[in-house]
This record gives sequence, structure tokens and C-alpha cells, in this order.
Amino acid sequence: MDDLQMFLIQTAYFFAAILFILGLKKMGSPVTARGGIVWAGIGMVLATIVTFLTPKIGNLGLIITAIMLGALPAWWFAKRVAMTDMPQMIALYNGMGGGAAAAIAAVELLKGTNHETLAILGALIGSVSFSGSIIAYAKLKGLMKKSWAFHNQQLITIALFTTIILLGVGIIMAPSHMVALQFMITMFFILALLFGILMTLPIGGADMPVVISLYNALTGLAVAFEGFVLGNEAMIIAGIVVGSAGTLLTRLMAKAMNRSLIHVLLPSANEENNNSKDDEQGSLKPIDAMDAGIMMAYAQQVIIIPGYGMAVAQAQHKIWELTKTLIENKVAVKFAIHPVAGRMPGHMNVLLAEAGVPYDIIYDLDDINEEFEKTDVVLVIGANDVVNPVARTNPESPIYGMPILNADKAKNVVVIKRGEGAGFSGIKNNLFYADNTRMLYGDGQKMAAELLQNIKSL
Amino acid sequence: MEGFTALYIFMLAAFTGYEVIARVPAILHTPLMSGSNFIHGVVLVGAMIALGHADTTLEKIIGFLGVMLATGNAVGGYVVTERMLEMFTSSKGEAK
Repeated sequence: MDDLQMFLIQTAYFFAAILFILGLKKMGSPVTARGGIVWAGIGMVLATIVTFLTPKIGNLGLIITAIMLGALPAWWFAKRVAMTDMPQMIALYNGMGGGAAAAIAAVELLKGTNHETLAILGALIGSVSFSGSIIAYAKLKGLMKKSWAFHNQQLITIALFTTIILLGVGIIMAPSHMVALQFMITMFFILALLFGILMTLPIGGADMPVVISLYNALTGLAVAFEGFVLGNEAMIIAGIVVGSAGTLLTRLMAKAMNRSLIHVLLPSANEENNNSKDDEQGSLKPIDAMDAGIMMAYAQQVIIIPGYGMAVAQAQHKIWELTKTLIENKVAVKFAIHPVAGRMPGHMNVLLAEAGVPYDIIYDLDDINEEFEKTDVVLVIGANDVVNPVARTNPESPIYGMPILNADKAKNVVVIKRGEGAGFSGIKNNLFYADNTRMLYGDGQKMAAELLQNIKSL
Repeated sequence: MEGFTALYIFMLAAFTGYEVIARVPAILHTPLMSGSNFIHGVVLVGAMIALGHADTTLEKIIGFLGVMLATGNAVGGYVVTERMLEMFTSSKGEAK
């Protein structure tokens, strides 16, 4: 009987692993992406159901209750979260996975296992991912302001890490029925959670996407380690695939943001004061919605550069209407997306997709930068640092070297902006002072509506 | 599982993950991170097994939390990813 059950379980895990990998593969193209998540979902349901058949599994009532209690709120909040808040929601769900991996490790260590080293490693990584992700969530949600550093922070963090490692070695070496073992295990988890918090606190909000992606990869690794401990193939394969895919994704993001991973994880204190001497001579030249509308309506080609500010102002629907009207007027319209537009790479694409903008008029930085020179009007809405030419010209600027959208090379630039303040990074934007730039001051949604109205009335 | 078999599995799965993601356009980075986040929700299976053979009260409490968290990871990850991906439409196939 047990043999048949084991065979069924192994077969289901095998197919689940295949479905996960194929699902991930399909998610790599916008055409098949939807199918991808469904395939992976089928794999998950399959793996979960057969796990109930595991020989000698007890506490079934508790398991089902826990699943219910976990599923309902997760489903409820996932259905309701706004697209602008997606990055922190992903961080939260990812942290839960890390916490679950740590919980598995805790149970196995308390019971005694033959794979203590892997269990300890998974416990450490899972705990760090759990508490770190919660801090990342709080930061992106705005519950926690900016980076938070204190004296000798790096020293304390390193000391803490050393203690955790020593404690871990101690647990592995200790005889299995030592009295102090339970205490050591408890301390290990408390310190590991603390380490995750300390590691994440000093990291600035702009770097959070990279950190979330890193924790995603780490959770994958922790899941794989606990999979080895339990001898569970589905967890091993899924965990490692996510671990390596997540690592690559983290590197791609860091590269897109012109940050090295080391830089993100070990922020140095002297990065803050920068507004040195990059004073551009020139003035801000305002324009009203009527003139801007006329400029766009009679253009050959218009490129729209949206930023997170557009989504905050909920202007994306009006912008898409504006785009449709311009296209009806025989104006070529394209969207240019900087890799870090929004709160993480690809976030802006999601926000535009929500408004109904088809993905084939949305272009990446590399594909569109050549085109600015022959573009009549560039409309910048809610974006700032990603169009700042100092990234090309001023080696002293903190964003120097970051690839930017060359909006300044277009014939005319219209910038919709709420007021005269600086951007997310607090760096002055020389584009706004350029001769070919006009500032359209006002709320993003209201200005987009006015532009639309004026163009329609022409 | 034998040590070297485990290492081979580790290596092959790592290459698979890398290759599957290697040529993905930037527009899909966020949904993809979310999708891979959902896939490690398979930790639920492990949490169920852990709770399934927990004996003491402490083990049961930790196992219970583990299953809850893992379910949150899987369910939340799926819904969020699906919501993002269902919005991606091309200008050709779109109902006007």
C-alpha cells in the first residue's frame, strides 16, 4: 500500500517539477505569459494534493485549518492590492515563503535530523529573507522613512553574523539530546531574524527592488535546502530553479539601475551630500496645456516617457486616451520605458498594461534611444532622474553613468510636473532648464485631461 | 539522497533556472519575479510534511505557522502574478 502511495507521490512531484519549469519558461514572453502562471499553478495544486497521501502523515485537521487561515487573507489582499503597490506585496509574499522554510528547519532541528548542516543553512537564509522582506515591505509602503543607520552598524552586523555562524556550528556539533540544544536553536532563530532586519534597514528605498529580488532568490535556495532535508524532490527542483533564476534577475535589475550588488548591500555613509556645483545656467520655461496640445497634435512623432509619478496621479488612463486621439490624428506615438521606471524593472509596463496600452508600442531604452533625435515632441510625465542628462555629462553626479533616456535630444520636450521640486534622488534635473524644454505645471491626471480636451477641440 | 546525486541535481537545476530566464525582456521582470516567487511557494509541501509529523506542542505550533506562511506565499503569489499577466495585451489581438 505504501509503495503505491509513494509511487503516486513521486510521479506527481515529477510532473509538478516539469510544470514549474515550463511555466517559468512561458512567463518569459508576453504572448505566453498568462499560460505560464496557470501551468505552474496546476503543478502547485497537484503537488499539494498528493502530499496529503504521504505515509504516516498526522495532524490533518491542523494542516487543513492552517491552509485555510493562510489562503483566505492572502487571496483577499492579493485581489485588492493596487498595481502601484505591487512591489511591496511581492516582497511580503516572498517573506512568507522564507518564513515557512525557516519553520520547516525549526521543526526538523527540534526533532533531530541527519542533515543538520543543510537545515541550519536553510534556516538562516529563510529567516533573513523573512525579516528582511518585512522591512522591505515597510519601507516601500512608506511605513518606515528612508535608510536608517547607526554608529558602527557594519561592525555590529558582522559581529552578529559571526555569532550566528558559531551558534550554527555549535548546533551541528552538539550531541542530539543535549539539554541546552533547544535553547541554542531558539537563539539561532532570534539572531538570524535580527540579522535580516539589520541587513535591510540601512538600504535606501530606491535600491529596494534589487533587495526584494535577492530575497526572492534566497528564499528559493532556502526551500531547496529544506527540500534536501526532507528528501522532497519537488521542493529541491523548484527551489534551485527559482534560486538561480532569481539570482540572474537580481543581477539584471542591479545592472539596469547602474548599481552593483555590493554597493546596495553595503551602503556607505558618504553618499548623501551631493548637490555640489552642477548649477545649470538657464531658467524654467512654463507652457500651458493649449500650446502643448497644439505642439503634440501637429507633430510627426511623439514619445511619451512615463514615470512612477504618473501612476501615483492615476494619469495612465487619460494618457492612453490621449495616445489614441493622437494616433487618430496620424501622429506616431511611442512609449519609452526606462528599466527602473516605476518601483522595479517592469513595474511601469504593468501599470501601462492596466490602463490598456498594448505592449507593442512600448519600447525599452536600447530600442528607442536612437529615435529621440527625429522626434518632434517628448512628453515626460512623472519621470525625473531617468531623463536627467547629468548622468551623461557630470562625473560628480551620483547618477553619473546610469543609462538614461535621451529626451534632451528631441526637438521639443514637454514636462508635466506638479511643482519645481527635485526628484526621488534629490538631484537637480538639467533637462528642465534646457532651451527646448517647456514645463507644464499641474497634477498629472488633470494636465493629461486638459491636453486631451485641447487636442480633441482642434 | 546520495551526496553526489544531490550535487548533480543542484547543478542541473541551477543551469535550467539560469537558461530559462536568460533572454527575458525587461518588460516582464516584475511579473517574472512574482511568478518565481509563486513557484517557491511549493515550500507548502514541505511545511505540510513537517506539521504532519510534528509531535510536541512547540513543533505543532511552529509547523502550523509554517503551513500558514507557505500557503500565503503560494496563494498570494499566484493571484498577484495572474492579475499582472492578464493585463498584457497586444494592439492586434485586442477587442476595441
